[in-house]
Amino acid sequence: MEPILAPESIDLVSLAPVIVLTVFAMGVLVLDLFAGKNKMLLAFVSIVGLLMTAISAFAKVGLPAHSFNDSYIVDNFSICFILIFTFTSALTILISIDFNKRENIHAGEFYSLILFCTVGMILLASSTDLIMIFLGIEIVSICLYVLTGIHRNRVKSNEAALKYFLLGAFATGFLLYGMALMYGATATTNLIKIADLIKSGEIISEPLLLMGVVLLVIGFGFKVASVPFHMWAPDVYQGAPSPVTAFMAVGPKAAAFAAFFRVFAITLPEISSFWETLLITISILTMFVGNLGAIMQTNIKRLLAYSSISHVGYILMAVLVKDTLGSSSLVFYMITYAFMIFGVFAIIIILGREGDENLEIEGYSGLGFKHPMIALSMSIFLLSLGGLPPLAGFVAKFYIFSAALQEGFLFLVIIAVLNSAISLYYYLKVIVFMYMKEPVREFQLSLSPVTLFVVALAVIGTIQLGIFPDPIISLAQQ
Amino acid sequence: MPFGSSVTLATGYKTHWWEFKSMFLTFLTFLPLAGAAALAFLPKGNDSLIKQTAVGIAAADFLLSLQLWIDFDSTTPGMQFEFSVPWISSWGVSYHVGIDGISLLLFVMTTFLTLIAIIASWEIKKSIREYMMAMLALSTGMLGVFISLDLFLFYFFWEFQLVPMYFIIGVWGGPRRIYASIKFFLYTAVGSLLMLVAIIWIYIIIKEQTGVATTDLVYITEHLDVSLDVQKWLFLAFFLAFAIKVPMFPFHTWLPDAHVEAPTAGSVILAGVLLKMGTYGFLRFNLPLFPHACNEFLPFIAVLSIIGIIYGALVSLVQTDLKKLVAYSSVSHMGFITLGIFAFNQYGIQGALLQNINHGVSTSALFLLVGMIYDRRHTRLISEFGGLAKVMPKYAICFMIIALSSIGLPGMNGFVGEFLILLGVFKVNGLWAALATSGVIFSACYILWMFQRVMFEELKNPKNFKLPDMNMREMITMVPMIVLVFWIGLYPQPFLKTFDASVTQLITKVSPDNFRPQRIQENHAALIKQDDLAKLTKKLQTKNQ
Repeated sequence: MEPILAPESIDLVSLAPVIVLTVFAMGVLVLDLFAGKNKMLLAFVSIVGLLMTAISAFAKVGLPAHSFNDSYIVDNFSICFILIFTFTSALTILISIDFNKRENIHAGEFYSLILFCTVGMILLASSTDLIMIFLGIEIVSICLYVLTGIHRNRVKSNEAALKYFLLGAFATGFLLYGMALMYGATATTNLIKIADLIKSGEIISEPLLLMGVVLLVIGFGFKVASVPFHMWAPDVYQGAPSPVTAFMAVGPKAAAFAAFFRVFAITLPEISSFWETLLITISILTMFVGNLGAIMQTNIKRLLAYSSISHVGYILMAVLVKDTLGSSSLVFYMITYAFMIFGVFAIIIILGREGDENLEIEGYSGLGFKHPMIALSMSIFLLSLGGLPPLAGFVAKFYIFSAALQEGFLFLVIIAVLNSAISLYYYLKVIVFMYMKEPVREFQLSLSPVTLFVVALAVIGTIQLGIFPDPIISLAQQ
Repeated sequence: MPFGSSVTLATGYKTHWWEFKSMFLTFLTFLPLAGAAALAFLPKGNDSLIKQTAVGIAAADFLLSLQLWIDFDSTTPGMQFEFSVPWISSWGVSYHVGIDGISLLLFVMTTFLTLIAIIASWEIKKSIREYMMAMLALSTGMLGVFISLDLFLFYFFWEFQLVPMYFIIGVWGGPRRIYASIKFFLYTAVGSLLMLVAIIWIYIIIKEQTGVATTDLVYITEHLDVSLDVQKWLFLAFFLAFAIKVPMFPFHTWLPDAHVEAPTAGSVILAGVLLKMGTYGFLRFNLPLFPHACNEFLPFIAVLSIIGIIYGALVSLVQTDLKKLVAYSSVSHMGFITLGIFAFNQYGIQGALLQNINHGVSTSALFLLVGMIYDRRHTRLISEFGGLAKVMPKYAICFMIIALSSIGLPGMNGFVGEFLILLGVFKVNGLWAALATSGVIFSACYILWMFQRVMFEELKNPKNFKLPDMNMREMITMVPMIVLVFWIGLYPQPFLKTFDASVTQLITKVSPDNFRPQRIQENHAALIKQDDLAKLTKKLQTKNQ
């Protein structure tokens, strides 16, 4: 019997990002003991750590490189995602500096939890083994449960954390059960081996495999908040502290999609006729429920929760497309989505003040002429989310739609564009309040330079990717 | 150096950015946007400086665009002032612009009406800076639509211009402005998103057929070769986007709302340019890309146009609000234009193009006039007025000239356009022409009746006793319109000559003659079937006997 882990397969270089980030995360935890009240230092160290992680992602040459008995992979896909993760985590930390001070969240763990969560995300995007994927998902989820409830003295935050935890644990059960069934059907948890077995038709039991696939869809469906497993999203998004909500909407979701893509589009394309119908149905439902749900909302965070559900519907199309076309459109979409979401949430944070987050959309009335730059930036992000040129959201949607059409999903694309039109309604609704209604309340902005920097960065990114997307597209295509 | 007046201006596909003349179109298009950006930096509180700067930019853009017309060579049918650089090269999207006889005058009209609209918004008090910025950005969006020779670029501008117009209606509009602006936005967005699917579809087809990934319109027009079924779907997707914009009969409901709620300048731009983007889309995309489908759908579109003509006119007849009356008359007039386009002959399309200009002049002028009276009385109800000719003689004269031009009185612009269209349509189908002509009669009814109720009759309402007549600024906006009315009415040759070559080329592509042989074959097949039937009956008869 061969050893379980051959020494030569332990390749620490390919694990460099994970190691670097884990060290920094633990370092931040220890540093918290000595740092006292000043959490700025922790934020700074965390950002340095994320930067180092991003650099170390390029440590491995000669891609794709497999290691740890083919359970860990470094390829362009995973590197792209590591860059997205470090970027979103860095933005999260930047927008939370001011927010945490204001809302009296003095927990130093906040930063190390975000770093640990990022470690989990990297594992998710780089693993080619079901067990590793499970580990990644658990690391991410547990960090998120805590982060959601980190606003300890606020009921909403606690409620959201508990809800998220209970439902999340339930969904993890589904995921694990699905993995177990797949193991039963193929006698391996390695994705590459599973793909080979399916290709050569040597699976032990087909019904078992298909059952496993269905359960995996449920598990992943929960993690990315697709319909009908989306119920937790609005409550959790609303209850979690705003920076965490932004983080949740982009980072962990991107990670889940990376794993989703690896399991379905890369490992199981042979039985795609089976899961395609499933995913198409879920995608269509997700778009409709997300968009129609968002129309009714009066709270900006709930509106964005539903909007992000509808975006999941679009992104699922990338999984359906498969191949490099699917992966590159997925990567591009996640990059643009990061810019837009962090822009919006940075503005939400700016518009709130201590003890009064000002989350009702009605409270934005008259912002347009009181604070033109803030309102203009917000409009840019919202219109970009709605997919209007010349903004990044349009290019991202164009990319995914054209990829899907190329693979022959005409019906799905038509549903998707109609949904884009519906979504414009509620994004415009926010703009209507900002520009076309008289103010109903005073504005007291919490303008901190760091948050404003994030807004500026997001505006530049949203416009830049909308007008000159070429460099990023060719990067994503590799 | 002048921009050159020689024929060699059509420099072809590959041009260098350092040659200014190849950048001229781009310069004209983005000048207003640059102006809008400049407005943001002007000192606060100095409203007149902001207004003067905006007028200056618009005037410069208009005057320079006249140079375009002067340099334009009307003997060649192809694109001129072309400029092309790769833009998103991983998808084969290029920034490709150019102008031909079909788009040139729309381009010039856009710069002209932007100038007029900005002068007409002098009285706007609320956030004038943002207003002027929206106006100038809108101008860039509209100009971009007319010069784009790349499907992606076209869609880019097509959607881009929605946003400033949405703000102009929604922020500076009337009481129901929010409803109207969202309706305007969503209507257009739904139509254009389906067009986006069609654009992607064409992109994929071209990639499969020729192996070249490109969205370049010139290339696609030459190489696109799809079966009739696919053509029909693509046609319908583009048609819906443009029909909503025109607007054609069942898709017109956003128009009265948008017009009534928009500020005067917004209505001017809406009627003068935005609606023309629909008819321009038909000519630039539907006709050359899907000629066969066009011929197949011809009766359907003709019927919709005729319904639009008559319906619009009848609804105008019963309106009590002046602006709504003009808005519905737009539906009627635009029906003429679509009917002329789908006649597929020289008269029809030339007439339609000319009528595009005419409608832009007359209807915009009508909106200006309605705006003037609204500024004075803050009402537009016809019943509130009467006998205005006595207190505002200058106003009455201008109104009369424009009203008559809108009806299509010989010697004025409307007549030439409508006459050409009806001539073209008559060649295709006499009944359609006859029905369309009834629209001319109806238009005389609603315009003259309205004119009589507003201008003549007894001066009863005391609020109207002391209305001031048109001031200098208002005269400045009206005089060029009146000059154009008579210029096109009496000497339309320069305009028609500009269209001529491009239209001829378009017609060779879309003419029904191209598709007739197939029809004959079909007829032939039908005849053979009949033959079989006859033989069969004979056989049966002999059997029975």
